[in-house]
Amino acid sequence: MSEPPGATATLAPTSAADEPSKTLTAQRVLPLRRPGRWIATAVVLVLVAQFVHGLVTNPFYQWDRWGYWFLRPTILDGLVITLEVTAYSAVLGLLGGILLALARLSRSPVLRAVSWTYIWALRSVPLIVVLIFLYNFSALYKTLSVGIPFGPSFFSFDESRLATDMVVAVVGLSLNEAAYAAEVVRGGILSVDQGQHEAAAALGLPKSYQFRKIVFPQALRSIIPNYVNQLIGLIKGTSLVFYVSLLDLFGSAQTMGSTYPGDIVPLLLVVTVWYLILTSVVSVIQFYVERHYARGATRSLPPTPLQKLRTGLTDLRARIRREAAV
Amino acid sequence: MTAKTLGALADVEAATVEVHDVHKWYGTHRVLDGVDLTVRPGEVTVILGPSGSGKSTLLRVINHLEKPEIGYVSINGEPIGVKRQGERLKELSERAILTQRGRIGFVFQNFNLFPHLTVLDNVAAAPVATGRLGRTEAQELARELLGRVGLADKTAAYPRQLSGGQQQRVAIARALALRPGVILFDEPTSALDPELVGEVLAVIKDLATSGTTLVIVTHEIGFAREIADRVVFIDGGRIVEQGPPSEVLDNPRHERTRDFLSKVL
Repeated sequence: MSEPPGATATLAPTSAADEPSKTLTAQRVLPLRRPGRWIATAVVLVLVAQFVHGLVTNPFYQWDRWGYWFLRPTILDGLVITLEVTAYSAVLGLLGGILLALARLSRSPVLRAVSWTYIWALRSVPLIVVLIFLYNFSALYKTLSVGIPFGPSFFSFDESRLATDMVVAVVGLSLNEAAYAAEVVRGGILSVDQGQHEAAAALGLPKSYQFRKIVFPQALRSIIPNYVNQLIGLIKGTSLVFYVSLLDLFGSAQTMGSTYPGDIVPLLLVVTVWYLILTSVVSVIQFYVERHYARGATRSLPPTPLQKLRTGLTDLRARIRREAAV
Repeated sequence: MTAKTLGALADVEAATVEVHDVHKWYGTHRVLDGVDLTVRPGEVTVILGPSGSGKSTLLRVINHLEKPEIGYVSINGEPIGVKRQGERLKELSERAILTQRGRIGFVFQNFNLFPHLTVLDNVAAAPVATGRLGRTEAQELARELLGRVGLADKTAAYPRQLSGGQQQRVAIARALALRPGVILFDEPTSALDPELVGEVLAVIKDLATSGTTLVIVTHEIGFAREIADRVVFIDGGRIVEQGPPSEVLDNPRHERTRDFLSKVL
C-alpha cells in the first residue's frame, strides 16, 4: 500500500502493551468473501447463455426470413404510420392533459367536475372501445356543427370527409392519452413546493409567467419519468389502430402474416425488434431531457454514459497500477 | 459596505405603510383582531411576539398574500389589494394586485429561491417578467446587487449549491431588484445555522441605514435593539404595545411583554 511513512505510527498507540495493534492497523481491512453471490452469478450466466443459444439455433424463429422482412417497404410504411400516430397523439395528449390538469386544479367547481368526469370516463373505457366507437361515429353524426346548444349553428362540416382513418386513430389515442397525462401533469404541479408559488406571487410575476417559467419547469422533473412511461404505453397502444383499418407496424405485419402464414413468427419478431428500438430511443432521449431539467435540483448533474465510461476506465487504470505496485 | 449602500443602489424611495383596523380569521380562529399600525418612510419597525401571535400573518397581509376579512393596508396612501367603491372595499383583480406587489419586497424565512434558475436569473427574473427592464439591464442590475450582498462570484451558481446565509442574501437582492418602497422580512434568520445569522443581519443593517422602510419579524432581540426605530409587540392578534426599543425592550409597560421578553432573553 502507498500510505505515507509514519502514518500508522501516529495513529496507533505507542505504549508497549498495545504493540500488536501497530501491525493490525498497518494493513487494509480484508473484504468479506461472498461465495453465494458467485454461485448465483454463475447460474444466471448459464441460463442467459441457454436462452441466447435457443434464440440463435432454434429453426422455429427463421432468422433468415426475419432478415428478409425487417426492412421491407410494407413494414417500413407501417413503421412510419406508427411514428406519425404516436407523435400526433403524444403532443395532443400532453396539451389536453395540461389543460385538464389546470382545470382540475382550478377554483371553479364546474371546471373541476368536468375535468374529473372526463378523466374518470376515459380511464374507465378500454382504448379499443373508444377507437371502434369513434370509427362508427360518422354513422351516428353525419355532420358536425359549431353553434349554440339547442340554438342556431354557425357553420358545419361533413363528418365523413373529415374523419379519415388517421384522424380517427389520432383522436381516439389523444382522448385516451389526455386523461392519463392529466393525472401525470397534476401530480407534477402538486409536487412543486408551496413556497415557490408564494415567492412568485410576492414578486408580482404575471400569472402566466409564474406557470410557464417557475412552476411548470419544476413540475417537469416529476412529470417526465411518468410521462415517458405513458409514452411507451402509447407507442405500443398504437398497435390497436389496426382495428380501425389503419396499417401501422403491427397491422402491416399482421396483414403479411395472413398472406404468408409460414412467416408469422419471423414477422412478429420483426415487430418486436422495431418496438424495442423505438422504446430504447425514447429511453435515451428521456435520460438527456431529465438531465437537462435536473439543473439546480441536485448539486451536481448525473454523469452521461460517456462520462461514466471515461471515469470507469480511469478508475480501473489507477487500480491496476496500484495492484501492480504492491 | 462601500460608499454606495444597497438601498441607494436600488434607487429606493421609502414608502409609508398604514395598516387600518385589520381583522383576519380562519374559521372561528381569530388571527388578527383589529390591528392599526403606521410605519413612516425610512422607519425600521421590528415586530415581536410569541409564536401564533399573528405577527407573520400581519406581514403577509401587508403584501396581500393573505386577504384580511375586514380592514385594509395602504402604501403611500394607496390601498393594497382593494379599492374603494362608495362606502365599501372591493377586491382588485389578480393582475392589479400582482402589479402592486412589485412595490413591496418580501423576504421569506425559507428563502424560496427558484432552484431551477441560476442566482443571477433569480434576481433578474422579476424586473424582466414585469416589463420594467430589458434583459441585459436587469442582469446588470442583478450583478450589481449581488456584488453588494457579497456574492459577485456566485452569479452562475444554482441556489442549492449555496449555504443558507448565501441563499438568504440572494433572496434579499431578488427583493431589491424591483426597487420596492418597503421590504418585509419574515423571520429572515430563523432557518439559518447560528454562525450564518451574522452575514444576513449585516445586509439588513446596511439596508436600514440607507433609509429604506423595513418591517421585520424576528426573534433576534439584540438585533432589534440595535437597528429598530420602533418595536411592536403583538399577542393574540392585537398590538399590545409599541415604541422605541429603549421603552418596549428595556422598560415594557405590559405584563405580557415582560413575560415574553423574560423567556427569549
